[in-house]
Amino acid sequence: MSITISNARVINPKTKLDKQTDIHIDGGKIIALGEAPANFKATKTIDATGLIASAGLVDLNVALCEPGYTRKGTIATETLAAAVGGVTSLCCPPNTKPVADTTAVIDLILERARESAHAKVYPIGALTKGCEGEQLAELVALSDAGCVAFTNGLAPIESNRILRRALEYAATFDLQVVFTSQDTTLAEDGVVHEGAIASFLGLAGIPETAETIALTRNLLLAEQAGVRAHFSQLTTARSVELIAAAQARGLPITADVALYQLILTDEALSDFSSLYYVQPPLRTQKDRDALREGVKSGVIQAIASHHQPHEKDAKAAPFAETEPGMSSVEILLPLAMTLVEDGLLDLPTLLTRLTSGPADALRLPVGDLAVGKVADIVLFDINSSTIVGDNWYSKGSNCPFMGHCLPAKVHTTLVDGRIVYQAN
Amino acid sequence: MLKRKQALQLNSQGQLRHFLSLDGLSKELLTEILDTADSFLEVGARAVKKVPLLRGKTVCNVFFENSTRTRTTFELAAKRLSADVITLNVSTSSTSKGETLTDTLRNLEAMSADMFVVRHSESGAAHFIAEHVSPHVAVINGGDGRHAHPTQGMLDMLTIRRHKGDYSDLSVAIVGDIMHSRVARSDMLALETLGCKDIRVIGPNTLLPVGLTDQYKVKAFTNMDEGIKDVDVVIMLRLQKERMKGGLLPSEGEFFKQYGLTEKRLTMAAPNAIVMHPGPINRGVEIESSVADCEQSVILNQVTYGIAVRMAVLSMAMSGQLAERQLEQEGSL
Repeated sequence: MSITISNARVINPKTKLDKQTDIHIDGGKIIALGEAPANFKATKTIDATGLIASAGLVDLNVALCEPGYTRKGTIATETLAAAVGGVTSLCCPPNTKPVADTTAVIDLILERARESAHAKVYPIGALTKGCEGEQLAELVALSDAGCVAFTNGLAPIESNRILRRALEYAATFDLQVVFTSQDTTLAEDGVVHEGAIASFLGLAGIPETAETIALTRNLLLAEQAGVRAHFSQLTTARSVELIAAAQARGLPITADVALYQLILTDEALSDFSSLYYVQPPLRTQKDRDALREGVKSGVIQAIASHHQPHEKDAKAAPFAETEPGMSSVEILLPLAMTLVEDGLLDLPTLLTRLTSGPADALRLPVGDLAVGKVADIVLFDINSSTIVGDNWYSKGSNCPFMGHCLPAKVHTTLVDGRIVYQAN
Repeated sequence: MLKRKQALQLNSQGQLRHFLSLDGLSKELLTEILDTADSFLEVGARAVKKVPLLRGKTVCNVFFENSTRTRTTFELAAKRLSADVITLNVSTSSTSKGETLTDTLRNLEAMSADMFVVRHSESGAAHFIAEHVSPHVAVINGGDGRHAHPTQGMLDMLTIRRHKGDYSDLSVAIVGDIMHSRVARSDMLALETLGCKDIRVIGPNTLLPVGLTDQYKVKAFTNMDEGIKDVDVVIMLRLQKERMKGGLLPSEGEFFKQYGLTEKRLTMAAPNAIVMHPGPINRGVEIESSVADCEQSVILNQVTYGIAVRMAVLSMAMSGQLAERQLEQEGSL
């Protein structure tokens, strides 16, 4: 299909483009901006007057729950939810059942993704078999099968020796490692940030040092191994400092933050609402402010949804007995626009953190709205708003923002020049 | 400081509807509970220990966590109010067979219970249950995780009031495992609301929760001798022996040496200071045996007052529920 998107305000921070123009798409790629090429005739025209056109969002962590947890979500439902949130490319973590530590699981994920085709899916493979922290997964085979990076997620690798070997092995083949840093023994049985609010509510806390000690270890070993490393789901002010210091020393380190960590704090827990139960936990306002500054300065290159859908029962129990995580990819763009509304970021910077920032962090060939690039595009309206929950597509309804009115509304999402979502 | 109005546990007239936590409850309401409890104390002294306030009502004690003292006193309180009482130890029945908490509650509701007294090992469980039960069922928190034990808090307040009078001139020390204690959290809130100006908590850093003094108007002491000096009330907490496995304390012996309430230490408190303990007490671990039995000990009085407080709370919550239901019915006419 050939498409012309006419009269959009096209913003591409990567090329410093911000102007009202037309986008011409053919064969799944952007073939021209502005004037249509000679002999080009679009089979479809989208009038984008009043809309912003950006490269589709790139989300570094969207749990697709398949295989193994289809009661929570499927590749079809969650990629559609992603498209509704403006996301055209996403990475899915390996904590499926079975764990994504074999090429068979990766093949299955990619096959299902091709069938549903609402968004591009880039699997992140397990760093160790079963994410058990003992035996290296077959990283090269997994990479050949389509994994773009490797992680153990929150599952611990207790042995420094095994982690070191894993990182050295990954570095041998220039494979990227993603860390979510949390010292399991310090986190103990904690469910929320260890602080005054946890103490008041009588909930077991996870100290800031559970993250910073693990992050420091991971940084040191990554440096020693010379591996490309991405630090995911930062939650503390001190973590931002540590990452900034590592970057200042010239280490090839990137980082992301969950969007909800830029908006919420542990004060949201006051009603024991399990909708705010996430891992790593919501931290203090001081931490949130530091994360926001990290995003502003670019120390944190990427904002991700860290989408984790759950069935209703998973959240219907006393706080600590519920499963952590929010269903959040579906509102990634409108919720992120609150950062612009708050004056924290200008629109191009926000789009950088949602498109080229994450794409560059994991070397994904997306996140760039330019001639010759793939036509992964989101059109959105900043003069309209999104009521969260109207037309909800994710299988997980565990979203604490349900009913909220958010600035901006996704109008159309295109992947490889195909319309995968169009608002009514 | 996180303080919020407990809209969930009050009806539209500000009366008690559930009793989940002391957070957000007014001094007037706490005083009303104490006054009502006072009036029930004489019921226990009668030959026929019954009043008909909850006649025809069914109170269901749902204990997801083991307890003897609390369960028994709630049971007695409900029976003295003439309610029908069912007691279920759910930890050994439904949930162990995989039934969810909400399903368990639905089943109990189907038995036409009017009130649930709930004990659960997880903080926030009573809130969760109150949010999910039918609107006509009152929920009383019989202790949830580390969070709250509001009836114990109120019986502690009644004990203090009956022995010491006005709270505002008192110095009160709470000693021991503050970190894991729902009793301590409820006591701290109640004392603050009732006007106590000198609340002290005493324990090693491993047993004092982070941010304690940000949330409560208390002074924290790690030295027992300093903390107990001239206090009028000493509330000793049970040292949860099972917690010591986690590296919180080196031994019971060392804890007793540093924080145990001995006769000698008690002399540092104000003359006639009272000694309290929510029980069960570990003699020789947190309290010297002779202190537990001394004249200043009011530990057994606490048990007696506990029944009266629970009668007060059960009757007030039921009354608040009924008032709310009546208002709703009038509104729908």
